[in-house]
Amino acid sequence: MAIRIDVTSTISDARALVKAHAFQALAGSVVKKVYVVDSYLIDASLSKPAIQKVRNALTNAQVETSHVGRWLPAHFSYGIEVGFLPGVTDNVATTTQQTIEDVVGRAFKNSERVYSSQTYFIEGTLSRNTVQKIARSIHNPLIQSAIIHDSTLRKHKNVFSIPRVVLSGSSRVLDIDLEISDEELESIGKYGIKDSNGARGPLGLDLDALKAIRSHFQHIGRKPTDIEIESFAQTWSEHCKHTIFSNPIDSIKDGIYRTYIKGATKRIRAKKGKKDFCVSVFKDNSGGIVFDENYVVTHKVETHNSPSALDPYGGAVTGIVGVNRDSLGFGMGAKPVANVYGFCFAPPNKKKHLYRDKDQKMEMLSSKRIADGVIQGINAGGNQSGIPTQHGFMLFDETYRGKPLVFAGTVGLIPKKDVSGRVLYEKKAEPGDFIVMVGGRVGLDGIHGATFSSVEMDSGSPATAVQIGDPITQKKFSDAICKEARDLGLYNSITDNGAGGLSSSVGEMARESGGCEVILDSVPLKYPGLEPWQVWISESQERMTLAVPKKKWPAFKKLMESRGVESTVIGMFTSSGSCVVTYGNKKIMDVELDFLHDGLPQKHLVSKKIILPKEPLRLKEPKDLSGTVLALLSSMNIASNEFLARQFDHEVQGGSVVKPVQGAGRIMGDVSVFRPLLSSRRGVVVGSALTPHYAVLDPYHMAGAAIDNAIRNAVAVGATLDHLAILDNFCWASSDEPERLWQLKESARACYDMAVLYGTPFISGKDSMFNDFKGYDEKGNFVKISALPTLLISTLGVMEDATRAISIDVKYVGDSVYVLGETHNELGGSEYARMNGESLRGEVPKVDAKKNIKLYRAFTRLVEKEIVASAISVGRGGLAVALLKTALAGKKGLNISLSKVPSTINKKDVILFSESQGRFVVTVAPENEIQFEKILRGMVFRKIGQVTAEDAVVIKTGNSNVRIPLAQAFLSYRKTFKDW
Amino acid sequence: MKKIKVLIFSGYGLNCEEEARYGFELAGTDASIVHINDLIDGNVKMDTFHIAVFPGGFSYGDDTGSGKAYANRIKNHLWKPLQKFIKDEKLVIGICNGFQILTQLGILPGALTFNESNRYSDRWTDMEVVGDSPWLKGITKISAPIGHGEGRFVADKKTLAELKKNKTIALRYVKGETATYQDLPANPNGATENIAGILSHEGRVLGLMPHPDRALFMTNLPHWNVLKNEALRHGSDFPDHGPGLQIFKNGVNYFSGK
Repeated sequence: MAIRIDVTSTISDARALVKAHAFQALAGSVVKKVYVVDSYLIDASLSKPAIQKVRNALTNAQVETSHVGRWLPAHFSYGIEVGFLPGVTDNVATTTQQTIEDVVGRAFKNSERVYSSQTYFIEGTLSRNTVQKIARSIHNPLIQSAIIHDSTLRKHKNVFSIPRVVLSGSSRVLDIDLEISDEELESIGKYGIKDSNGARGPLGLDLDALKAIRSHFQHIGRKPTDIEIESFAQTWSEHCKHTIFSNPIDSIKDGIYRTYIKGATKRIRAKKGKKDFCVSVFKDNSGGIVFDENYVVTHKVETHNSPSALDPYGGAVTGIVGVNRDSLGFGMGAKPVANVYGFCFAPPNKKKHLYRDKDQKMEMLSSKRIADGVIQGINAGGNQSGIPTQHGFMLFDETYRGKPLVFAGTVGLIPKKDVSGRVLYEKKAEPGDFIVMVGGRVGLDGIHGATFSSVEMDSGSPATAVQIGDPITQKKFSDAICKEARDLGLYNSITDNGAGGLSSSVGEMARESGGCEVILDSVPLKYPGLEPWQVWISESQERMTLAVPKKKWPAFKKLMESRGVESTVIGMFTSSGSCVVTYGNKKIMDVELDFLHDGLPQKHLVSKKIILPKEPLRLKEPKDLSGTVLALLSSMNIASNEFLARQFDHEVQGGSVVKPVQGAGRIMGDVSVFRPLLSSRRGVVVGSALTPHYAVLDPYHMAGAAIDNAIRNAVAVGATLDHLAILDNFCWASSDEPERLWQLKESARACYDMAVLYGTPFISGKDSMFNDFKGYDEKGNFVKISALPTLLISTLGVMEDATRAISIDVKYVGDSVYVLGETHNELGGSEYARMNGESLRGEVPKVDAKKNIKLYRAFTRLVEKEIVASAISVGRGGLAVALLKTALAGKKGLNISLSKVPSTINKKDVILFSESQGRFVVTVAPENEIQFEKILRGMVFRKIGQVTAEDAVVIKTGNSNVRIPLAQAFLSYRKTFKDW
Repeated sequence: MKKIKVLIFSGYGLNCEEEARYGFELAGTDASIVHINDLIDGNVKMDTFHIAVFPGGFSYGDDTGSGKAYANRIKNHLWKPLQKFIKDEKLVIGICNGFQILTQLGILPGALTFNESNRYSDRWTDMEVVGDSPWLKGITKISAPIGHGEGRFVADKKTLAELKKNKTIALRYVKGETATYQDLPANPNGATENIAGILSHEGRVLGLMPHPDRALFMTNLPHWNVLKNEALRHGSDFPDHGPGLQIFKNGVNYFSGK
C-alpha cells in the first residue's frame, strides 16, 4: 500500500511568504496566508520502523516536522496540489527513492516508486474561480496536474491517486506500405505513421524524401518497417541535417553553409598558417580552439525554442543541460567550464492571448510565463550542474510572441593529450566496441522532438515532445566520464543523446566504425510498454552513447556503478556498412549507412530578392534630450537585468574575472572573462551580439553589425583578434519562402565577408529555420507570427593574461574620455528610432571592417601597455547609452562636448543615438594620454571630455547642456525589471 | 615535515571540489578529491587524512532539502569514521552545501533554510570574525562570494543562546568593502543575527555559507579592476592571491603549530 509522508515547516517559511505575495498579486488581499507542504507518496511496502526511519531522513528536525498521511492546516479554504503527470521526470522523487533505498538497505523493485507533490493551502475567502486562476499560474498542464481541494478534503484526506504510467503499447513492428498515392504519402509525412491509436505524430518528411525511401526499398525488394521510417525522419530532419543550410541555392552550388560559413573558416585558417588556432571545427559536438600548449577550449551554442514555448521551464533546463552534453561529447569529453544564455521574448502583455487551435482550447502561455519559466530553467540547469553562467542577454520584440528564442551555450576545456599520449580531441568507435548507453533511462518523453522543432508550431505539436531535465543524473555521469573514465582510457568514442535519441547518436557513431548492431530489448526503460520505434527515437534526457572496447567494459561498468551511474551495453559497433536493429531476436531495421546519412534527395533552393526600404527616417529631434536618454536606459533591451546575473551562479569553479555585473554601479557588461584553469593566468572571453532589428532594413548589414558588435565587445575587454573565434546561430522563420531565403543568403554572405576580414573563424554553429507560430487570436482569427530574422554571433577568445582585462566603469575623476571610431547618420533600426515608432525606415549601420581592424589591433596594444582605465563598446542605444553606462558603473560624472565627437553628420540626436559600429568609449589617466594618442595615430578618435566628481553626466550640445543626474539615470536603468 | 593530507568529498552533485583542492594546494597540502562511495566501499580510509572538506555544490539537486540526502548517506555509512575523525582533533570545514550537510548531520547546530527572497543568490559579502577557531586565526575581516538558495541560518532561542555563550558563532555578515562598493545590504539572505558561519568542537569544525574557494585570486573581487588601476597609478604591486586563501593556509598552520 502506498504511504504518504507530508513535511511542513516549523519556522517562518520563506517559500510560503513569497507564494502568498504572488497569490495576492493575482487574487488580492483575500489571500490571508499560505502553507507549503512537501509530499512524498511512496508506492512500496515498508515496515513501520522503516517508515519511521524514512520520516527522519526526510525531515530536518530543526525547521521541519513530518506527518504520515496527509497533513491539513487548522484553517484553510482551498488547497492546490501540484504533482507531475504520469511518466514525467520527477527529480525529487528520484532523490527520495535513493534516500529510502539507502536508509532501509534494499533496492526498490521495478513495481515500486515514489511520487512527489507540493500542496499550497490558502487561508482566506476566495471563490473557486479565483483558486483556479491561481492554480493555472503555478502549474503547466502539459506536464503537471493541479488538484484543487476544498475543506471537504478533511473527510477523505487519506485517499490518494497514484500517477502510475500505464501503457498499452504494442511490441509489434509494422511494415509500412509506401506504394500509395502522393496525397497519402504526404499525409504520412505530415501527421505520422498511422496505427490503431491514430497518427503517431509529425515525421517532417516531404514527398521527395518519402519517394526516395520508397524507391530505395523497391530496389531492396521489401517494405520498410515503421522504425526504419522513423529513423529516416530523425536523421533527415531539418534539425539534424540542416537541409536549408546545406542544399544548393541559386548559383551557390555547395550551399550556404559550406560556402559562407565553413568556407570562411577554411580561408582564414589557410591565411593564418602557423598562427591558426583552430583545433577541431564543424565536425564534432562543439568547436575547439587552442587554449594553451596543453589544452583546448570548446564552445557550442544551441537553441531550444519550440520546447520552451510549450514548457518553458523544462525546455530551458533541457536546453542548457543538453548543450552541456555537447561539451562532454567533444572529442573524448571536455569538462564544461561556462554556460551562456540568450532569450528573445515578447514584451509582457496581459491582453494578448494566443491559441494553438481554432476552438481556443489550447492556449499558449503568456510571454511573461514563458520568460519566468525559461529563467527558472536556466537557473536550475546551470546552478545544479556547478557550471558558471558567465554571460547572457535578454532581447524583446513583438515577433517573439509565437515562439520565444532560447539560446544556451557551453564552453568546455579538455587536455590535448592524456598521460599516455593519446589525443583527446579526436575519437573513433572501432568495430567490435560495445555500444554503451550511460545515464538516464528511456521513456516516452521527447518523442519527435527533432522533427517537431523542424516545423512550425501549431495544434498538432506533440505534448510528448516536452522533456524535463535531471541535472544531477547528468552531473554524476559527467564527473565520472570527464574527470575519471576519460583519463583512464576506458572508451574510444562518445557522443550526446540529443535530438533523435539513440537513432541519431548510434547512427552517427556507426559512421566511425562502419556499422552497428543494436539489441533494442537491452535498452533500460523508465517504465514498461514502450513500442520499439519509441525506444529508438525517444529523446529522454541525460544520456550519452559511448564505444567501449570489450576488454575495458568490466572496468568501465565498475567505475560507473561506484559513481551511482547506470550504464548498459545495448549492442556492438561493426564494419558491416549497415545500421541493424533487432528486437525480440528479430531484425526490425537494416539500412545501409550510406543511404541513412546521404540518401536524402538534394533540393535546389531558389531565393527571391526583396526590395529593401529606402525611405529616410522621419524623426524630429526631441526637445528633451535628457528625457530621451532616460527613456532609452529604461527600455527593455537596455535596462538592467541584474536579477538574472544574481540568480545564475557565475562564480562557481572559482575563475570569475570580469563578471556579468560590473562596477560600483552594478551595470551589465557585454562580455565576461574567466579563468577555466586556476593554475594558469590565461583567461577565456565569452560574449555575444545580435541586431535582428536591422534585418528587415538590410539583412547583409544586420549580420555585419552583429559580427562587428560581438567582436568589438570582446576586444573592449581585452581579447585579441589573433585568438578570437566566433559561432553562428541563425534563427529564421518561414524558410520555405524565397524572400526569407534571400535574407538568409545575404546574412550568410556578410558572415563570410566579415569573418574573413577580421580573421575570426567560425568554429561551430546551429540553425533553426522555422520560428513561426500558426494559430488563433482571442477572436478566433487565424494568426501567423514569424520571428525576426535573428542571427546570434557568439565569441570565444583567449587572453594570455586575464589580469589585464578591462572593465567598463570609469575609475578616476580627472581621467580623459575618448571616443574611438566615427559616428554616421545610421539611426535605422536603432533602439531610439523604434522607441519612436520608426522600425521600417532609415539607414542601418554599415561596418567598415578594413578600417575597424586597424583600430581593434591598436586597442589591443593599449591593453598590453595597461593604459586603458575603462572601455565600453558602443552598441544598442548608441553613444548616449554607452556614456551613461560607463559613468554609472563608476558612479562618477562626465563632462562631454558633443561637438568633439568624430562624426560625419552634425545632428545632436544622431550623434547621441546612432548605432554606428566600430566605436568605443574609453577613459585614460592624463599621464597616459601622450602614449595613448601615439598608439592610435592615424585612426579616427578624439578626446571628448573628462570624468568629474559631479553627480551627473553633462553633455554640452553647443548652445545648451543635456544634464542627466546619476540618481535619475540609476532609477531609469533599474526600474524596468524591478519586480522580475 | 610531511605534507598535510586533505580529504575533499565529492559525488552526487557536490561541485566545488576542484577549487577547494586548488586552495589547499596553494596552501601547500596534499589534497585529494574522493568520491563518497570510495570511502563507503573502503577503498579510501578517512583516518589517513588530517583535514576533511565538505565543499559546495548541489548534492542531490537540493531535493528534499539542501544537504539532507548527502547527510543521510553519511549517517548511514560513514558516521563512525567521521565521529572518530572529529574526536581525533582533526579539522573539518563545510562550505555552502558542505555547511548545509554538516547542519543536517547535527555536527553543527541550527539549520540553513530558504533565502528570504526564496531565490538563488550570487553576490559578494563581507564578514567579521567573531568566533575563535584555528580556521580563522589572524583574520578579523574577510570578503567572499555567496552562491546559494538555502543559506539563511536559523536556530531556536536556546541554540542561539548557546552559540553566543560558547562563542561558536564564527562569522557575521557586515557592510564592509565589497557591500559598500556595490551598495548591497550586508546580510544577503535574511540570516538570523547576520550569521554567516558557525563552529563546533573547539572551533575545529567550521561551516560557512560564503565561498573562500571563490576568493583565491584578487581578480575574483568585484572591484579588482579598481584596485589594479590604483596599483598601476601608484606604481605598487597588484597581488595575485585573494582574501579566501588565508582560511586554507590556517588549516595547515594548525598542524604545524603556527
